[in-house]
Amino acid sequence: MSSPQKPPNPPPPGDDPWRGQSRASAVAEVAAPSILALCGLVTVLTTLGILVVLAAQSVQFFLKAEIGLGEFLFGTVLKPEATPPKFGILPLIWGTFLVAFGASCIALPIGLLSAIYLSEYAPRAVRAALKPTLELLAGVPTIVYGYLALLMVTPALKALLEPMGLRVDQFNALSACIVVGVMIVPLVSSLSEDVLSAVPQGLREAAYGLGATKFEVSTRVVLPAGLSGVAASFILAISRAVGETMAVVLAAGTMARFTLNPLTSVETMTTYIIQVIGGEASYGTAKYLSLFAVGLTLFAITLGLNVLSSLVLRRYREVYQ
Amino acid sequence: MSAKSAEMFRPRRRSRTLAGPLFAAACLLATLTGVVVLAVLVLAVVAAALSGVEGGPDVAGAARELYDLLARLISNRQSSDPARAGFRVGIVSSLWLLALTAAIGIPLGVGAGVFLEEYMPDGRLRRLVQTNIANLAGVPSVVYGILGLAVFARGFGYPGLALGPTLLAGALTLSLLILPTIVITTQESLRTVPPSLRQAALALGATRWQVVSGHVLPSALPGILTGMILGLSRAVGETAPLLMVGAAGSLLRAPGGPFDRYTAMPVEIYNYAKEPGQAFQPVTAGGILILVALLLSMNAVAIVIRNRYGRR
Repeated sequence: MSSPQKPPNPPPPGDDPWRGQSRASAVAEVAAPSILALCGLVTVLTTLGILVVLAAQSVQFFLKAEIGLGEFLFGTVLKPEATPPKFGILPLIWGTFLVAFGASCIALPIGLLSAIYLSEYAPRAVRAALKPTLELLAGVPTIVYGYLALLMVTPALKALLEPMGLRVDQFNALSACIVVGVMIVPLVSSLSEDVLSAVPQGLREAAYGLGATKFEVSTRVVLPAGLSGVAASFILAISRAVGETMAVVLAAGTMARFTLNPLTSVETMTTYIIQVIGGEASYGTAKYLSLFAVGLTLFAITLGLNVLSSLVLRRYREVYQ
Repeated sequence: MSAKSAEMFRPRRRSRTLAGPLFAAACLLATLTGVVVLAVLVLAVVAAALSGVEGGPDVAGAARELYDLLARLISNRQSSDPARAGFRVGIVSSLWLLALTAAIGIPLGVGAGVFLEEYMPDGRLRRLVQTNIANLAGVPSVVYGILGLAVFARGFGYPGLALGPTLLAGALTLSLLILPTIVITTQESLRTVPPSLRQAALALGATRWQVVSGHVLPSALPGILTGMILGLSRAVGETAPLLMVGAAGSLLRAPGGPFDRYTAMPVEIYNYAKEPGQAFQPVTAGGILILVALLLSMNAVAIVIRNRYGRR
């Protein structure tokens, strides 16, 4: 944008630094905030757009498929190709939470322990080297994790479990759990570490003064003090696992069913959406429209988890002076 | 002293001194998993890329083979023959997407961040917008894909507004996807600019916009730059939203403008990865190597910029 030193229009006789505002800069003064406000408006419009699109198309889906909300939300059979087609979302929700649960079992303990290490144990130099490495991991795209599942995790599971008489499908929930779990570790560790590092030093020193060991300080003083932030990071990580798409598409396959056996294929909400869009279903059919209804459910679940996470962070935060 | 409180004051030094180092070791191991995963990932992918090659454990030869493979993958188009398949169209498309997303998403995000931080008065409305942005950051990428599909690719069902499966529709979708990242990092780095800088400029008679454009933005630039690079690297690595907005699975002609059909590097990788059997393994793995090398170097640059100039 123009600065007051530039010659205004028409050019003044001399270069007078005291001549006040030029017209161009007066225009910029008014135009800039309005343009910036429009940019801010886009963020609001994005949310509105998501809500409107998902809601409107879901209504179309319910009209087209002639099923009720209850039938959709509590239906236990998902067979869009059958006649009459069945659109029960429960198998997808089951698959989604099976993968999210398995991923959490891996990511939450590892992430928490590594957060404790980084904030309590690591010497300054080690920390300075490890932190950027972990941040770098967060930049690996999810498709790579999916490929890693196909390339390494599933063959490893087969080699490990099939001699024990367990059948491992080419696409299975367990390998999805493992790669998604590994994927969300950096999220848990970096968010938790921020909270643990923010616990005041005086608390640690008081505990040491009473004769506590480092282990006791870390687990009984620092961790409880930062518990709300750790819990918030856990919820956020679960939300990320629920919304994860490409790693699950490549690892878990597309078999919508209820199963507790993690060695078989399951279908999550995200994989269903990708499967429908990649399939032959043409625009306007009930099957095609069903992806919006599934998308709305996915959006509602992740939004609920994110809101819960920020509520936990705000409500249960220990405040230190 | 009762028996219970005596129990409480027993030192149990043995178990306490044992538990400490064990716990420390567990924490260290957990932290190292990240490093191990990164190393395993790179090694496994390199091994897969070379899986078709016969020969002994000769490092120089393997490096040459790898170089040949990557050069071939960069220059060839998609093909059903693994020996001739490559990613040229995907790479060109991804570079287009990168440029268009940068041109659309970065001004929008930085603008919104500056407005929220420097202009918008504190109040209920601002808190609402802020909460909204925080929530947008947590929306799964596939949902952005659904939004892009309905709004950009199909134009709400009005053919006049629909962009169809074009580069521009993909880039607009990715721009919205990275918007929260850029807004949040812009705001964070604006917050690190000391208020005294603003006060000094205002006291010398600068107008609000002169303060923002001439003093606040330049001193917040490293942080904003970090956010831009992180956002763009996320955009380049995304697959799911592009699949929703109609990135072509197989495309033989590279796009030449924003209204051409397109594909993307990760989308092509996805298609090769879906192929059953081992024949395409070197192709897929080589593509992953190219993508990961690009994204990790973008992220590394962002982290270096932030650590060097940020948080003074």
